[in-house]
Amino acid sequence: MKKQLKETPSQTAGPYVHIGLLPDVAGIDVKHHGITGHTGLKDGTPITITGVVRDGSGEIVKDALLEIWQAADDGQFADGHNGFARCHTDFETGEFRFETVKPGPVAWTDGSSQAPHMTLMIFARGINIHLHTRIYFADEAAANAADPVLNAITAGRETLLAKPDTNSNNSYRFDVSLQGEAETVFFDI
Amino acid sequence: MASNTKPAFAPRDRTWHPKGLTPAYNSSVLRSPKRALLQMPTSLSETSGPVFGHDMLGENDADMLANAVVDGDPVGERIVVSGRVLDEYARPQAGVLIEVWQANAGGRYRHIRDGYLAPLDPNFSGYGRCLSDSHGNYSFRTIRPGPYPFPNNGPAWRPAHIHLSLFGASFAQRLITQFYFEGDPLIRHCAIVNAVSDPAAVDRLVARLDLDNAVPFDALAYKFDIVLRGREETPLDAEHG
Ligand SMILES: [Fe+2]
Repeated sequence: MKKQLKETPSQTAGPYVHIGLLPDVAGIDVKHHGITGHTGLKDGTPITITGVVRDGSGEIVKDALLEIWQAADDGQFADGHNGFARCHTDFETGEFRFETVKPGPVAWTDGSSQAPHMTLMIFARGINIHLHTRIYFADEAAANAADPVLNAITAGRETLLAKPDTNSNNSYRFDVSLQGEAETVFFDI
Repeated sequence: MASNTKPAFAPRDRTWHPKGLTPAYNSSVLRSPKRALLQMPTSLSETSGPVFGHDMLGENDADMLANAVVDGDPVGERIVVSGRVLDEYARPQAGVLIEVWQANAGGRYRHIRDGYLAPLDPNFSGYGRCLSDSHGNYSFRTIRPGPYPFPNNGPAWRPAHIHLSLFGASFAQRLITQFYFEGDPLIRHCAIVNAVSDPAAVDRLVARLDLDNAVPFDALAYKFDIVLRGREETPLDAEHG
């Protein structure tokens, strides 16, 4: 098949993205919004992922919006699957927080397995086209070592590993760096 | 495990989209990655995606003239915005969740972080939401937003625009954009618009006056068609979409 149309070009989500995507955060009361920082996944190990997003000067970005999409704990995306969540970086602290369950291994293009991961997309003022990355788990060393995507990364692989919080069970830390020394690996998928 | 998970989407045309770093748009300077994006084939993680149904919609989500009314109609030019959502292979995209946000007629956002001196409109929130139908058609009612100033290497003005967020069946199709209004002289001065370098691509962000769809003695109309990434092959079996 040959493409007939060009995709609509992206434009930045801007600083007021919350009005449309998390209206309660903007101060707007919408009854049926229904999208939060929790996925709808119940089976498996409950986890929280917190972190901040830093810009190229190390400043914490306080107007970003983040979305995750992930498999269930069996690695599947069955009908009715709700592996989606969205949250913002706090206006004061810059911290974001997702609550979900740990995903299972997802099939790769050749039928082999990918290590447990979730897709993360980042939107903000100054980001002309959303940034696409993945959250892997530092405590899945064996699966990570065999992951085809991690293994394609020549530098910065550790930027995709959420670190278990030693003080709190099933909590992970995942900081994003948009630019600079510790720049997160971003994908064109 | 599904066997039809071979790469399904070609990479985006990154020369058509805005680059990450566009120095004339000041905010992009420290928020754009310096390393090249890593190209990877799509797997089930990207070909699947969240499904949103009508249960996601509040009664007046697609009617921004009504959904925040306290004691009267919102101030401004009443408009109907409609269009079609297609993919790159010109296939209609049904069930696309379109989330909408915009400033009011004076260019002020109802957002705790917007301190622009133009007044809030007590009857307008700037929040909206709709789903495309089985033919890919969508529409919502609103007021035409006003231009507003923003800091950017000195003072600058945004052309009137409405923000749209789009979900196709695959998370790989995720897109956030803005559209502008035909004839607005601010479009060519805007550093955010000009982050898109190809004039043909800029043109795709401009909604056209759509007199055929105007509602007599009620509302003008604008047409804005949307194209999402296209999946090269149709899945062989019922992969979750
Ligand atoms: Fe805006």
